[in-house]
Amino acid sequence: MDFIKTKIDMSEKQKKASAYWKENVRYLFILLAIWFIVSFGAGILFKESLDAIKIGGFKLGFWFAQQGSIYVFVILIFVYVRLMNKLDKKYGYDE
Amino acid sequence: MSVQTWTYILVGLTFALYIGIAIWSRAGSTKDFYVAGGGVSPLANGMATAADWMSAASFISMAGIISFAGYDGSVYLMGWTGGYVLLALLLAPYLRKFGKFTVPDFIGDRYYSKTARIVAVICALIVSFTYVAGQMRGVGVVFSRFLQVDINTGVIIGMIIVLFYAVLGGMKGITYTQVAQYCVLIFAFMVPAIFISIQMTGNPIPQLGMGATLNDGSGTFLLDKLDGLSTELGFNEYTDGSKSVTDIFAITLALMVGTAGLPHVIVRFFTVKKVKDARKSAGLALLLIAILYTTAPAVSVFAKTNLINTVSNEEYASMPVWFKNWEETGLLSFDDKNEDGKIQYVADASKNELTIDNDIMVLANPEIADLPAWVIALVAAGGLAAALSTAAGLLLVISASVSHDLVKKVFKPNISDKAELWVARGAATVAVVIAGYFGINPPGFVAAVVALAFGLAAASFFPAIVLGIFYKKMNKEGAISGMVVGIVLMLFHMTKFKFGWFGGGNPADWWFGISPEGFGSIAMIANFIVAIIVLQFTPEPPKDVQEIVENIRIPSGAGEATGH
Repeated sequence: MDFIKTKIDMSEKQKKASAYWKENVRYLFILLAIWFIVSFGAGILFKESLDAIKIGGFKLGFWFAQQGSIYVFVILIFVYVRLMNKLDKKYGYDE
Repeated sequence: MSVQTWTYILVGLTFALYIGIAIWSRAGSTKDFYVAGGGVSPLANGMATAADWMSAASFISMAGIISFAGYDGSVYLMGWTGGYVLLALLLAPYLRKFGKFTVPDFIGDRYYSKTARIVAVICALIVSFTYVAGQMRGVGVVFSRFLQVDINTGVIIGMIIVLFYAVLGGMKGITYTQVAQYCVLIFAFMVPAIFISIQMTGNPIPQLGMGATLNDGSGTFLLDKLDGLSTELGFNEYTDGSKSVTDIFAITLALMVGTAGLPHVIVRFFTVKKVKDARKSAGLALLLIAILYTTAPAVSVFAKTNLINTVSNEEYASMPVWFKNWEETGLLSFDDKNEDGKIQYVADASKNELTIDNDIMVLANPEIADLPAWVIALVAAGGLAAALSTAAGLLLVISASVSHDLVKKVFKPNISDKAELWVARGAATVAVVIAGYFGINPPGFVAAVVALAFGLAAASFFPAIVLGIFYKKMNKEGAISGMVVGIVLMLFHMTKFKFGWFGGGNPADWWFGISPEGFGSIAMIANFIVAIIVLQFTPEPPKDVQEIVENIRIPSGAGEATGH
C-alpha cells in the first residue's frame, strides 16, 4: 500500500512541478517581451521615429537608448523577484 | 596639498582597507575559496557583483567612448546592463539550485560528459585571460597617470595587492573587498559628475542635468547645443551616431548575451544562500550598476561640450593648465597643420589638428571643471578599485578552472579538500603572474580581444546553459556541437576581420553587414541551431539527468554549494 501511496505522491509532486514551471515560463515571456521592446524596440528599431518626441532636452528614442531602457531593466528584475516570491509561496516552494 | 599627495593618501588608505579585509576573511576550505562559504547576503553579493562587473573599462573608458560615439555608444549602455535581465530571469536562480562551484561544473554535469567540461574550461580560460590582461593594463595606466610611477611598476604593485587578497581569501576575500571597492568606485565616479552637472546646468542630478538647459541663461538645451557644435565641426549629430541599425542591433545583442554568459559574473550567484537570494541579488546588482551607467552618458555629454567649448578655434597658447598636463602624458596631442596658432578640432581627418584619447574624458574631467585636488585623487582611487575588483573576479575563475574543473574533476578525483585548496592557491598565483605579464606587455589588440571575450561567451556558454535549463531533452552531442561551432565561427570571424588572417577583409565584406563586435549574435544563433539539429539524430539524455533538470526548476531545497 505504501508503494502505491508513494507513486500517487510522486505524480502529485510532478503535476505541481509542471504547473509551477508553466507559470514561471509565462512570466518570462512577458518580462522578456518588455525587455526587448524597451531596448531593441524603443532604443534601436524605432529610435528615429521616437526622436520626434522631446522630453526636456531629450529626444525620446535617444533617451530610451541611453537611460530609459536601463531604468526599465532594473524595474523588470524587481518585478520578477516579486512575482516569483508570490509564485513560490503559492506552490509551497518558499523557504 | 597637491593632487599627487592626495592620491598617495587615498590610494594608500583604500589599499590598506582591502588588505585588512583579506586578512579577516581567510579561506579555510575549498567551499570558502570557490563560493565564499555559500553564505553571502543578497546586498553584499549585489555590491560585489557590481564592482566585479564595472571594470577599468566601465569606469575610465566607457564615458569617453560614448562622448566620441554619441548615440552609437548606447550599445555599451544597453548591452552591459540588459544582460543582467537575462541573467536574473534565465540563469542565476537555476544555476544556484544546481549548486556547483563553477560554470564548467554545470556544463560537465548537465551534459554528463568530460568533453563538454573540457570545452567549457578552455572557453572559460580564454575569456578570462583576455579580459584580465586589459584590467592589469588599466591598473598600470592609472598608476602612471596619477602616481608618477612607471606603468610596469604600477602593474606589479597591482598584482601584489590582488595576489594577497585573492590567494589568501579566495572568493570570500574577493567578495568582501569587492564590496569595499564598490563603495570607493561609485563615490569616485559620482562626485565629479554631480559637481560638473551643477556647474553646467544647475541640476545636481547628472541624469536630469543631461536633459536640462545650460546654466548660461541662454535657455538652450545642453544636448541641442552639443548636436549643433558637432555638426558645425563636420561630425554627425551627437544624438544620431553613424553605425547602421543592423550593426547596433547585433552589437547590443552580442553584448547583452555575452554579459549573461561570462563565467566571472555567473559564478557570483553561486555564493548566496538560496535561490530567492540569487534573484534578489541580481536585481540589487543591476540597481547598483545602473547608478554608474545612467550617470556615464551624462558625464560624456558634459565632457564633450566642455572640451569643444574650451579648445575649438581657440589659441593654443592660451590653453589651460590641464591641457598641458595631459599633453605631456601623450593622451592629448596638437598638430598645427595650418599654422594659425589655433586649434581646429574637426571631423575631416586631413584638417583635424587635435587627437584625443578616450580615457581623458573621465580622468581629466575634474581638472577641466576645476575641481579640488582631493576629487581628482579620488578618481584615481576609484579607477584602481574598478580594475582590481574585476581582475580578482577573473583570477578566481581561472584558478577554479584549473584546480577544480581540471585537477579535481578530470585528472585527480581523489584529491583531498586541503590539497585542492593549495592547488587553487597555486593556480591563482600563476594566473596573477601571467596576467601581470600581459599587463606589462599587452598585445596591441587588447580592446579587440575583450570584444572577442564577449563574443565567445555569447556563442558558447549562453546557449549551452539556457538550453540546459529550459530544454530537458538537450543532450551532450547537441550541446558540444553547438559550443564548438559557436567558438570556431567566432574565432574565425574575429581573426579574419581584426587580425587579417584567412585573407583578411574590410567592413565592406562583413557578413550580414555586422562588425566583429556584433558577430557574437550570429555565432550564438548558429550554436542554437546546430545544437537542436544534432539533437534530432542523437540519443536523449539519461533519465537521471532529465530529473536533475526538473529538480533545478524547483526553487526550494537548494543545498549548500558543493564540489561533489
